[in-house]
Parts: sequence; structure tokens; C-alpha cells
Amino acid sequence: MSNYQKIKENIEREELLARLIVVHAPEGQEIGAEMLVYPDGRTDGTLGLADLDRAAVEKAMTLMRQTGSKTYPVETSAGPFEVFVDVFPPPPTLIIFGAVHIAIPLVKIAKECGFRVKVIDGRQKFLTKERFPEVDELIEAWPDEIVEHNVKIDSNTYIVILTHDEKFDGPALDVTLPSPARYIGAIGSKTTTANRNDRLRKAGIPDDQIARIHGPIGIPIGAREPAEIAVSIMAEIIAVKYGVGKNKE
Amino acid sequence: MQDVLPTIEEWRAAGEEIALATVVKTTGPAPRFEGAKMAVTKSGKLVGSVSGGCVEGAVFEEAQRVLRTRKPRLVKYGISKESAWDIGLACGGGIEVYIAPLE
Repeated sequence: MSNYQKIKENIEREELLARLIVVHAPEGQEIGAEMLVYPDGRTDGTLGLADLDRAAVEKAMTLMRQTGSKTYPVETSAGPFEVFVDVFPPPPTLIIFGAVHIAIPLVKIAKECGFRVKVIDGRQKFLTKERFPEVDELIEAWPDEIVEHNVKIDSNTYIVILTHDEKFDGPALDVTLPSPARYIGAIGSKTTTANRNDRLRKAGIPDDQIARIHGPIGIPIGAREPAEIAVSIMAEIIAVKYGVGKNKE
Repeated sequence: MQDVLPTIEEWRAAGEEIALATVVKTTGPAPRFEGAKMAVTKSGKLVGSVSGGCVEGAVFEEAQRVLRTRKPRLVKYGISKESAWDIGLACGGGIEVYIAPLE
């Protein structure tokens, strides 16, 4: 099986992988040798030299956790090489609580941005493929039931709560606040946000946990229409993803 | 990679000969990040981008050469004091693009 085929299958399985390529070699030597490195340290192929392999794999193992591709110089007994470590990270996941009207453009935009998208709502009527043709998963559940639905929330997960009703966003926050989610945003006006934070504080949620919530959600661009609000939410998520701007993460 | 994968799969199914170009290094301001990809077929099709439009034409030509020789190449674009590049990046940055046949 070719490296391309292996990478493709790994991407489909949504698993992390790095491909190492010799892009610079000492005079008289060819470029293009390749090797695959898996997060558990397993390797496949060789760059042609034992000390080159060793140094390059070590670089790849640290780099793939930071999920960025980069070229590195590697000194070897045969001279200086440059190895490109191409990291193929699993896609980030966006979980939207509330199959409401803003969720419709948000699913489309998030898919364009390479996210896996799940929409959770207890109301079957709103949770349809007709409303969300691009969605990866529709989960018919109330927020407090997501544990039973095996909804995984890890540090590559972004949460958007669009329910703006304390009956639902309360339980949604209860399950997501203690999670390692990279981003938690909740829709609501300044008043709704202040009331919600008050309620959480009274319920004994520590301030640092409450401060994790992005609310009012989205960056301020004066958005009014559902699609505009979705753009503002997605912009905030992208800023958090790349660690840019005034973000609480 | 995810952005070009579906199209590459269609081309493979149709039996196209494909070269894959990847940004492997950027210096200064660069329109696309390391790992950005563009794929090209021998028949002249193109998907993805390595620079946001500045050097795609040149990469396309290099990719045709790679498909003929079946040998990978590293190509540099940008501003250089040593040589006058006819293909440059308006942003003043530089990129290195690795082009190889897709097995």
C-alpha cells in the first residue's frame, strides 16, 4: 500500500499521523525518501540513514502533538539534511447544542472550515437532515443525556450552546464546563449572560470555570442575521483554535 | 490535505496521473502555511493552492516536469538577492514547495 493510501485511510479514521520527507540532501544525494510516524512511536519506511531516521522521528514525535507541519535541519554523519514533517491532525469537532435557526448556517460554515459537526437537540422535529444536510451527526438527546449517547468531549472539541433557555443551557453547561473542551460559547444578550453567570456562581461553580464561557458568543461585528451571527461565532472559534486575539483560553 | 483529498480520489478513480505539491517552508509573510497542498494532473487539472494565486501557474509547470521525470523536486519562490526570480510573491515572503508524483 502506498504512503498516500495509508495517509488517506488514517485521515478517514480521524487519527493523527506524520509523514517525513527528505526535502534537502547533501550534494549528490537524492531527495524524496519518505517515512510515516504514528503517535505511539510506530514508524513505517526509512529516510535512508539510521541516524537521520532517529533524529527525524524524535522531531516528529514532539511536533505532531503541536499539530503543525514544518521543515527541520538534521545533521548526520553523511552531512546536513532537511526533513519536512507533514502532520495530518484529526479534524476538530464542533458540538452544537440546539438545532435552532442559527445552527443551520453555523453547520455549513464549520464544515467549510474543516470541522466535524454534531448537533444535539431533544426535539426530533428540528433535528432533521433537511435542515442540516452537511452535518456529520444528529443526536436526539437533552443535554444531560449526552453521556449515555457516548458524545466524546476532548481538547480538540469546540462547544456552542444556542439553546438560550436556562432549562437547556444550564444542563449543557453542567456537562461541558468540567470537560477539557477547547472552547465553550453560549448565546445570549449581556443580560442573559450576566444572569446565567450569577446562577452558576450561586450553584457553586468556581469563577475560573465560569470565565471559560464565551458569552455573549462570537466576536463583535454587529451581526444580526443568523448567517452573520454564525460567521461571528466561527470567527471566535478560529481565533481560539490558533490562540489569537482576546480569548479566554 | 483534507481540502484536496476528495478531488484526488475522483482523479485516481478516473486513472489520472497526479503530482502533489506541498508548501514545506515559508519565510516572512506567506499567504499559506506549511503543509498547504495543491494537486495537478498530467491532463491539466488542478485543485488546492500553495500561495493564494501567486505561484500556482509556475508550480503547475514544475508539476508537469515532475510527472514526466517521475523525480521529486523542491522549488523556491520569493525574493532573492542572488537571482532574479521571474515569479515572485507580492507579500515579500518566500516559500519552498516540494513536488512529487503521487504513487
